[in-house]
Amino acid sequence: MEVQGEATMFDIDRWKEIISALKKNKLRSFLTAFGVFWGIFMLIIMAGAGKGLENGITDGVGQIATNSFFLWTQRTSEPYKGLRRGRWWSYENEDVDFIRKNVPEADIVTPRLFSGGGGGTSNTVRGERTGSYYIKGDYPEWAKIDPVEVTNGRWLNNVDVMQRRKVCIIGETIFKELFDADEEPIGEYLRINGVYYQIVGVIKPISNININGRTEESIFLPFSTMQIAYNYGNQVHIFGITAKPGHSASTVEEKVMAALKERHKIAPNDVQAIGHINLEKQFKQFSSLFTGIQILTWIVGIGTLLAGVIGVSNIMLVIIKERTQEIGVMRAIGATPRKVIGQIILESVFLTTVAGYLGLFLGVLLLEGFNKILEMAAASGSQDIFIKQPEVNFTVAVACLTILIVSGAIAGYIPARRAVQIKPIDALRDE
Amino acid sequence: MITLKNLHKSYFTASNSLHVLKGISLDIHQGEFVSVMGSSGSGKSTLLNILGILDSYDKGSYHLDGKLIQNMSEKNAAKYRNETLGFIFQSFNLISFKNAMENVALPLYYQGVSRKKRNVTALEYLDKLGLLEWAEHMPNELSGGQKQRVAIARALISKPKVILADEPTGALDTQTSYEVMEILKEINQEGITIIIVTHEHDIAAMTDKIIKLRDGVIGDLIINGDLASFKKSYAKNVATL
Repeated sequence: MEVQGEATMFDIDRWKEIISALKKNKLRSFLTAFGVFWGIFMLIIMAGAGKGLENGITDGVGQIATNSFFLWTQRTSEPYKGLRRGRWWSYENEDVDFIRKNVPEADIVTPRLFSGGGGGTSNTVRGERTGSYYIKGDYPEWAKIDPVEVTNGRWLNNVDVMQRRKVCIIGETIFKELFDADEEPIGEYLRINGVYYQIVGVIKPISNININGRTEESIFLPFSTMQIAYNYGNQVHIFGITAKPGHSASTVEEKVMAALKERHKIAPNDVQAIGHINLEKQFKQFSSLFTGIQILTWIVGIGTLLAGVIGVSNIMLVIIKERTQEIGVMRAIGATPRKVIGQIILESVFLTTVAGYLGLFLGVLLLEGFNKILEMAAASGSQDIFIKQPEVNFTVAVACLTILIVSGAIAGYIPARRAVQIKPIDALRDE
Repeated sequence: MITLKNLHKSYFTASNSLHVLKGISLDIHQGEFVSVMGSSGSGKSTLLNILGILDSYDKGSYHLDGKLIQNMSEKNAAKYRNETLGFIFQSFNLISFKNAMENVALPLYYQGVSRKKRNVTALEYLDKLGLLEWAEHMPNELSGGQKQRVAIARALISKPKVILADEPTGALDTQTSYEVMEILKEINQEGITIIIVTHEHDIAAMTDKIIKLRDGVIGDLIINGDLASFKKSYAKNVATL
């Protein structure tokens, strides 16, 4: 009689053995599995919710340049070089070249003029219809900082600015309010503060972040056109600036502000004269919030999972105790210790894996269902949803399963070791 | 087949030690049908466990089929048990969630025999023991005698040289006990050595050699002529059946 090598893991008999052992104790198997199931289910749900919140907020931010900052002018708060405090001042066209020359770390430097909006008097007229919108004078580069989606026609180009063309790009809301749905807006004219402009494009925002008023309620004119048409001289209202790759937006911001203060005779210690917002700082706050949520998710999730696995180990111990006699018989009729250990580990791994996979599956299913509901809500026009696409990435799921299988093996190994340390006779006498 | 020389065995508990076997020397030849008797505590179960390589011994020697059995690794012991020995227990020790056929086939599973082949073999043995139609039944659907016959089939399937039976009739009524003994006798006639532990004289009377243990040593060895009178005095029960 020849003893062949250990049966492999995929030996059908082994699996029959496992299934029958588990089937025999349905309730116990179920309770064991439930611990693991719940652990991974919670982990997936929490990770998904955390990710959903992150997606919701990052998506709201859209593709806006996160290394950008914006500078505008306010009244001075310090007297300087013989000038009184409380002085009004403004940027000039020349500041663009000045910044580029003095702060080489600045990448895009784009000026903007703006007026109107905010429910003021109507400034835009098309035939019978009128509206009050935000008017912005821009260079094409503005869209590199705050990208927009062109739904019809085109965005501003350099020729518009160079030739001071009287063209405009309108936000989607304006199209809806001033046009019928089936009308073609391109080529039509709008009268904005008394001047006629031809519409060349319709856009909608990508980001939820609005600068100088809601993008969908804005009309974009070439910067030069707006400056001339409304007698702004060489004024600039606001600068949008990005830092070159490898430079911190905050540092560049400091440098630009210092340079501008010097050029415009503002006291270096005047903190009020330049109004500014730095997206890099805002994003850093958000990302540390997300990191916090993720850490919390993992701590709680892994804790729950661990509790599940310890539960499995515990139950396996009980099972072994109950099955001492059976194990004794198995060994009396020729099962090697390795075989007994292998069998018990496989049972444990099987149980944790199936339960874990089920938890994973149902967790993902629930997230998916939730996602569908969110998408429906978003499609029906709810703007205030801050959770989007709750999901777990594939690596996380695979990592979870791996942890489960490994911990299942450990959970099985500890009681299995115990089982084979019991002498077969003791096992057989144990009744 | 089995040679024991001055075998000693003690059990140790936390507070005291118990010297169970105090020097047992014994020869059992191939094809013998031997019973081990003795009051409880005389060491008969311990002896059987040592013979079955289910337990170790402290002093002396144990040769099984010409090989010294000593300090065996669990793996080797399992191999020996599987190939040389067959076990029959008082409480049958069938695996409760396997049917009769699967129980019988189990030793072959540990030998790595394919499922199909070992089930066919298992059915052959069940047929031999008159249990073919019970092959698909679970242990709890079988009577005590049927269970013990399944256990015997399981012990036989690996074609052992020695069958060790620990109180094989202990849980059975008299008639069933005798039926089981008849089966064991038939097996013995095929050349398999059988050693049974029992405290029932009538059961012992059916064997060819009776070893009486008393306080860890061999008190009496009843063979040949003595055996005849022993049989005479205890065979009544058989006759009155």
